[in-house]
Amino acid sequence: MKFISIMLAGVLTSNFIFMQYLGLCAFVGISEQFETALGMSGAVLFVMTFACTVAAAFEQFILVPFGLQYLRTIAYILVIAAFVQLVEIFLKKTAPSLYKALGIYLPLITTNCAVLGAAMLNVKNDYGILWGTVNGLAGALGWSLAILIFAGIRERWKFMKIPEVLKGFPLALVSTGLMSLAFLGFSGLFKTILK
Amino acid sequence: MESKRSLIGEFTKGLIEENATFRMAIGMCPTLAVTTSLVNGFWMGVAVIFVLTFSNVFVSILRKVTPDEIRIPIFVILIATPVVIVELVMNAYLPEMYRLLGIFVPLIVVNCLIIARAEAFAYKNSVIRSALDGLGIGTGFMINLMVIGAIREFLGTGRLAFGSVAFPAEPLFEPMAVMLTPPGGFVTLGVLMAILNILVRRAQLRKAKASA
Repeated sequence: MKFISIMLAGVLTSNFIFMQYLGLCAFVGISEQFETALGMSGAVLFVMTFACTVAAAFEQFILVPFGLQYLRTIAYILVIAAFVQLVEIFLKKTAPSLYKALGIYLPLITTNCAVLGAAMLNVKNDYGILWGTVNGLAGALGWSLAILIFAGIRERWKFMKIPEVLKGFPLALVSTGLMSLAFLGFSGLFKTILK
Repeated sequence: MESKRSLIGEFTKGLIEENATFRMAIGMCPTLAVTTSLVNGFWMGVAVIFVLTFSNVFVSILRKVTPDEIRIPIFVILIATPVVIVELVMNAYLPEMYRLLGIFVPLIVVNCLIIARAEAFAYKNSVIRSALDGLGIGTGFMINLMVIGAIREFLGTGRLAFGSVAFPAEPLFEPMAVMLTPPGGFVTLGVLMAILNILVRRAQLRKAKASA
């Protein structure tokens, strides 16, 4: 039950982009084409899930026993940066085709605030390692869903006449707002399941 | 390349010309997340000014001894240090505000605005210029947050609150609660950017006419 409720919350009711404003830079920056959005979602899905595991383990086995919670921010960003680097090296050696597909998106993920945000939210909600990982996966799925829908919308703009002043960011933000409004509709839907 | 502006120019460019939110569209997450009220925007802005100035100064001091290949991890540590200072100070003296801003205070670490200034400016310029750049860009960012916060708060609650004082005392109209929710934030920023684009175009047209 907890699994379902975390999943539903991560993907729909508290979607990282539409409800929590996490990972917006990458969302607006890399959603111009569906293919690149797909590549980025793959990288985020992979990194966010396991970065949450690593960060939660780091919290449980190092920060808490030594009473170092006040250094959490520095510790987490280093853990995430190191983890991304590790994933990069590992993929380069073992899965070169996947590595090529993800390309420049892997190093960019270090500064994607959704990853650090997910790890921070896990601490705030007291999720531990297992549920923290599930929450990371759910958050990444929600993020991917959002960027894929949005990339689909943006591809259609090419065939439309858009007023000059709205081109680029203004229109992107307004349409994100409208999608966010749609996602707001989910918030009451699962009240009974989540309880 | 070294910057060739005057020292005052380093400060003022952050206000309009290189305004973080509207001209460069970076640092979006906090811009939307914490701007449900004017006061929130103000304190987030103060935190960003401090972090940005601090990190710019230290990146600049260490720029000659920083190896090119590992500069990003070094920047990240230089940025994380002031962020932790801000976190601890805010938690001690402004616990209420710290709770309201939530995870967006630690998330200043991954705010692309700060790493962008380290990479694009502080890594190539002198300490004084970098400090002024940090102060200027940070102040510009704070003004953006306050403007967006004021608009959303005014439309969303019908008035502006400063601590325990609210102006006007009674809401002037039926508050639009949607402005305080995420969709309201996205639409507000989008519309503001569009309005700014119109103004910039007008100014350019006028300049072109004057020179013609």
